[in-house]
Formats: sequence, C-alpha cells, structure tokens
Amino acid sequence: MAEQKKEVLVSVKDLQQFFNLGKKDEVRAIQDITFDIYRGETLGLVGESGSGKTTTGRAIIRLYKPTSGEIMFNGKDIAKLKNGSKEMQEFRRETQMIFQDPYASLNPRMKVKDIIAEGIDIHHLAKNDKDRDEQVANLLELVGLNPDHATRYPHEFSGGQRQRIGIARALAVQPQFIIADEPISALDVSIQAQVVNLLKEIQEKRNLTYLFIAHDLSMVKYISDRIAVMHNGRLVELSTASEVYNHPLHPYTKSLLSAIPIPDPEVERKRRPQPYDSSMEEDGQKRTMVEITPEHFVYAAAGEVEGYKAAAAAYNA
Amino acid sequence: MSKILEVNNLEIDFHTYAGEVHAIRNVSFDLEKGETLAIVGESGSGKSVTLRTIMGLLAKNGEVVNGEVLFNGEDILKKSNKELNDMRGNDISMIFQDPMTSLDPTMPIGKQVAEVLRIHNSVSKKSAMEEAARVLELVGIKDARNRLKDYPHQFSGGQRQRIVIAIAIINNPQILIADEPTTALDVTIQAQIIDLLKELQTKIDTSIIFITHDLGVVAGIADRVAVMYAGKIVEFGTVDEIFYNAQHPYTWGLLESMPTLETNTKRLHAIPGTPPSLLDPPVGDAFAPRNAYAMQIDTEQEPPFFQVSPTHKAATWLLHPDAPKVELPPEIARRREIWKKMNPETKKPQTTEKGAD
Ligand SMILES: Nc1ncnc2c1ncn2[C@@H]1O[C@H](COP(=O)(O)OP(=O)(O)OP(=O)(O)O)[C@@H](O)[C@H]1O
Ligand SMILES: Nc1ncnc2c1ncn2[C@@H]1O[C@H](COP(=O)(O)OP(=O)(O)OP(=O)(O)O)[C@@H](O)[C@H]1O
Ligand SMILES: [Mg+2]
Ligand SMILES: [Mg+2]
Repeated sequence: MAEQKKEVLVSVKDLQQFFNLGKKDEVRAIQDITFDIYRGETLGLVGESGSGKTTTGRAIIRLYKPTSGEIMFNGKDIAKLKNGSKEMQEFRRETQMIFQDPYASLNPRMKVKDIIAEGIDIHHLAKNDKDRDEQVANLLELVGLNPDHATRYPHEFSGGQRQRIGIARALAVQPQFIIADEPISALDVSIQAQVVNLLKEIQEKRNLTYLFIAHDLSMVKYISDRIAVMHNGRLVELSTASEVYNHPLHPYTKSLLSAIPIPDPEVERKRRPQPYDSSMEEDGQKRTMVEITPEHFVYAAAGEVEGYKAAAAAYNA
Repeated sequence: MSKILEVNNLEIDFHTYAGEVHAIRNVSFDLEKGETLAIVGESGSGKSVTLRTIMGLLAKNGEVVNGEVLFNGEDILKKSNKELNDMRGNDISMIFQDPMTSLDPTMPIGKQVAEVLRIHNSVSKKSAMEEAARVLELVGIKDARNRLKDYPHQFSGGQRQRIVIAIAIINNPQILIADEPTTALDVTIQAQIIDLLKELQTKIDTSIIFITHDLGVVAGIADRVAVMYAGKIVEFGTVDEIFYNAQHPYTWGLLESMPTLETNTKRLHAIPGTPPSLLDPPVGDAFAPRNAYAMQIDTEQEPPFFQVSPTHKAATWLLHPDAPKVELPPEIARRREIWKKMNPETKKPQTTEKGAD
C-alpha cells in the first residue's frame, strides 16, 4: 500500500455488541472496539475463537444493530442509515461479506448462476440476460470454476468449490469494501494460494479494501498490511503485519504466535507453545488502546504502558 | 500393530443431471490401531466422500461401484441400517467438515451432547448432562455448565466446532474420523484440541483419520499421510517421507504453496490450472495438464504405484527407472537435504513397480 496519503475508509469507535441484553444469559460479544481501516489496505483480524471477530465484521456491515458506538464508512455514520433507504441500499452494494461457512451461506435450492447473480439482479447491474450470463461466466472463471458449473446446485460441490462460489457472489456487485470471514480456511493450500493471489490482484485493480478474518497466521501475515489481534471481545494489539509478528507486545499475541503449526515434522516435535494467562484481563483496571511506538497500539492499563514501552525498546536494542 | 480398518479398491459414482461423476476412482488404504492417518489433497478430490462412505453415510445419489470397507474384518458396506446406527457415534464417530449441519439448530447443545451418550449407554438424564458439561469443558467451552441450554446459533464458528468434537468423543470411539475439525479454530485452541485427541489416543488407543488442508497440523499430528488428487490417492507414506522425501509433483505443489512467516514474494506459488472434471476423467495421469514435469506417457497411460520404501509409494511416471532425472523445485530440494541428514545411510531409492493399482 502506498505510504503517503492514508485515507480512512472505515472508522470504528467504542463499538459494543451485546446479545440478549439485560437478560440472565447476556453475552458481551465485543467491547471497546476502536480502529480505522484505510482505503486500499488489507486489515487482518486474528484472535481467539469466540473473541468476537465475526461479530465485529457483522456489526460493521450492519447485520446487527450495534449496542453502542460509532461506525463511519466513507464519512457517513452507517449506524444512522435507515433500512430500505437509498443510501442503505448503496452501502449494501459497496460492502460485501464472504462468509466463514461455505455450506450454510449458499441457498441449496438455487442454481449457482442465480446465487452469483443475486446481487446483480437486486442492484440492476446487468443490461440483459445475455450480459448477466456473461458476467456470471467471467466471475466463475475468475475464481477458478468452470462455466458449466453455472447450472448446478450447491450440494454438488465440495467445501472449497462452494467457498469460491461465495467469493464470486461477493465480487459480482463490484464492492469497495469486502469483509472476508475465513474465506480460505475450507480450501486446499494450492487453491488458498490461488484465491489469495486473486484477492490481491482484484484489490490492486479496483483499489478494494479488505477486512480479512482468519486463523492461518502465515496467510494473514502474507496478505495483510496491518493486523489486529482480538481476545475475549476486545482488541488487544494493532500494528503493521511485520511489527505484530516480529515485535509482539501483548502476551496473548505472543502466545498465539508460539502456537502456529509449522509444516515441518521435525520442528513440530520440538515445539513448546507459550500458554497465556488471561487472569490479567479480569483485574478490574481500565484499559484503552495506547500507541506504544508509532502505529503500534496495545490494549493497556495506565500502569502497564511503561512496561510495554520498555519491551518495545528491547526489541530494537 | 493390527489393522482396524481396510479400504479396498473403492470406486464411487454420483448420478447427476450432467452425468456420472466418478468421484472416487479406486482408493485403497488401511488404518492401524492407535495411529493417526492424515488425508490431504485438492478440494473436491474425494476426501469427504471417502470418509462419509466409511461411516455408511453416502449421499442418496451416490453409488459404490466397487470395493469394500472392512472394519475389524466386517464389510461396513454390507451392514444393515440398524447395525450402522449402532456403530456410528459409538465404535466409529465422525466430526463433520461443517459444524452447522451436524448440530440440530432447534435443540439446546447440552441435550445434543447428552443424547449421544444416552443412545449408546444406559445412563440417567442427569448424569448424562453432567458428563456432557464435563466433555464440553474439556474441549474448551468456557463456563459450559451455564451454556448447556443455549442453542447452536448462539455460539461462534469455532465454539460450534468444539461442540461437534465433544459429541464425537463422548463415547470413546475406536475410530475417530475428523473432517477438517480444526480449520475453524484459532491456533491455540487448535493445539489444545490436537493434544486432546492425542490424549484420547493414548488412553483408549483410538485410531484417527484426520482431513486437513493445514500442512502444519499434519506435521504435528500424523503418523502417516495420504495425498489425494482427482478421486485417487497419488502418494502415501510416513509423515517424514511425505514432508521430506515427497515424490509426486502434486505433493510438491502442495508443499510449495504454503506461505511461511518469512514469505514476502508478490505472488504465492500456486499450482496452475484447475482440477479435471470428474464427469469425464482424463486418460493417463489426471494431474498431467497442471504438471510442469509431465511426459508424453502421462497423457497416455495412468501411472501405477511405485514403491519407494516399504512404507512409501507414489503414482507418478517420474519414478519409472527410464524416467529422466528432473531438477527439483527449490523448496523440495531444501526438504530433501533434511531427509538426507535424517537418513545418512540410505542409498538411492530403489523403486519397484507395484503393478497397476
Ligand atoms: N446471536 C448470538 N447470541 C448470543 N451470543 C452470541 C451470538 N453470536 C455470537 N455470540 C457470542 O459472541 C461471542 C463472539 O462470537 P463471534 O462469532 O464473533 O466469535 P469469532 O471471533 O468470530 O470466533 P470464531 O473464530 O470461532 O469464528 C461468542 O462468545 C459467541 O458465543
Ligand atoms: N452428492 C453429490 N452429488 C454430486 N457430486 C458430488 C456429491 N458429493 C460430492 N460430489 C463431488 O465429488 C467430488 C469429491 O467431493 P468431496 O466432498 O469428497 O471433496 P473433498 O476432497 O472433501 O473437498 P474439500 O477439501 O473441498 O472439502 C467433488 O468433485 C464433488 O463435486
Ligand atoms: Mg467467526
Ligand atoms: Mg471435504
């Protein structure tokens, strides 16, 4: 990404999303979430399973009504947009989500070509039937499927093939911003590489912005400009990809990095993961995102800042 | 070691509007008691179909054209529905690729886990619920006791997957079939689950068949590895043989495609092209059109298995004594060096043709 002018496309401030609010089984899925996404960048979102990554993504595209907080997209507060309004429709086209679950996200009764063209139809993006078929054929080719797959149904496809259908569907409406929720975890490594190359290529061509949620940390590091790490409903660390990997500061990030499986049996036999003790999160201290070194943020209490600064300095010594 | 499962010459077709899909094309392998076999390979190569067949869960439009699946010597494909029901979730259990379709969205999760226990054992509702909570804690559902009454949609993707794992292990199965059980999990929980499976293995000698795309996970968990492409096993060996001494160009392609934390090339290596249509599988080696090392014979005749060692075989003409010597991709050459250091005394691989598979 170009270093010079960083234009903020998405700005999230103090976002909270609770479920079953006020009931006995209230779930505080995400709290205190504050970050920006720059136009044209890929922000990787990693973290514990259940830490709120999907919830964050879904809140940003307004699949939920946020409990509190602000979500600015292109300078507009999208929390204020009314369902059905023209602006909301435009927002729904400009932001697309590629879902974690390639099975549940495709309507089993629809043909592949109609699944892919759903957005084209809703937003009237095809001149006629022939144009629609051509667009679908191009999209299928783009994601590595055969044009003759167009008339088949989702159950006839493997997990990986279905995920490519989901990607084609998202790309069909020419969005600006794509939230990809584990878009490649169901694919074999070679197709993962193809899809990641594809996502990067389209990004360069169309200046797309991605929020890329994933568990494969090697892949996240490869595709992301910056990385945000979540744990227990909160963002705990945010910086450039190489900072997070080479100079991790938060103990959860360190633990996560130590657990990455390496495709090397000899290395795996010797690996010692670093456990993370989450009790520090429950000590009642107020924490916020603090910029420890330029562009490197850690969720820290006032008393912890000096320690993190010293740790950062030690890396550079 | 004794064989607990043997799959012999399995061939499966699917009847579709477009014609017959030859999804599984002569697959054979066995599973030893207490071992972990990993199956890796291309999306759509038939990993899930093979394992669902072992469970007696082939889709309605599927047909076993040939082959047998022997579990403790008995052919699963000949079992009645009642026998299959007794076997599933008890002797053999499966963790499905998609957690949402294997959970009942209308039933609280505590009941779903407890029910599997009660179907196969006579225990009271109360103690089954206790046990369910215990196993859910074991797979890392925090505060499980208070979430027993929650429904699947109230859990994250990874939490649902752990609920499915709890259901699969609660009866201590002899064979655990895991179809991408950890892809939805973060690496720390993934490591916990893998430790849990290993523990189960030492405790009750469970055999595990593990499908995953994550070669890092394979390196950490597998004893042996099968590599599948277009409905066939193309290479089979111990974990070290596959990672350090791979012979099939498709296996090479997989090993090359993995980015490491050091990768910063502009594009990742990806195997060019797309997999063949299984409606009309190609003559010769199905991988040939995507294989930079393909020879004339690859387009004419299907390669048989060549035995590389007693535990290692690969179906590629490159292993034929008359094949030209090829220059290995750099990543594979690097891995061969490690192999040489591990096996200083091994001579050049003595390959023998194993007859057309
Ligand atoms: N509809 C819901 N009702 C109640 N709780 C929910 C709901 N959706 C999510 N949660 C809870 O919110 C938390 C965050 O879930 P989320 O799906 O965002 O996690 P995630 O980080 O995407 O995890 P994973 O990596 O496993 O997909 C979890 O504890 C989950 O159980
Ligand atoms: N019910 C069905 N009808 C028709 N074709 C099917 C059916 N089920 C599977 N197939 C086809 O059989 C082949 C093997 O599918 P399978 O699900 O076993 O792939 P896989 O190796 O598990 O892939 P992935 O890694 O993507 O999960 C694919 O080409 C798929 O399209
Ligand atoms: Mg999620
Ligand atoms: Mg599968």
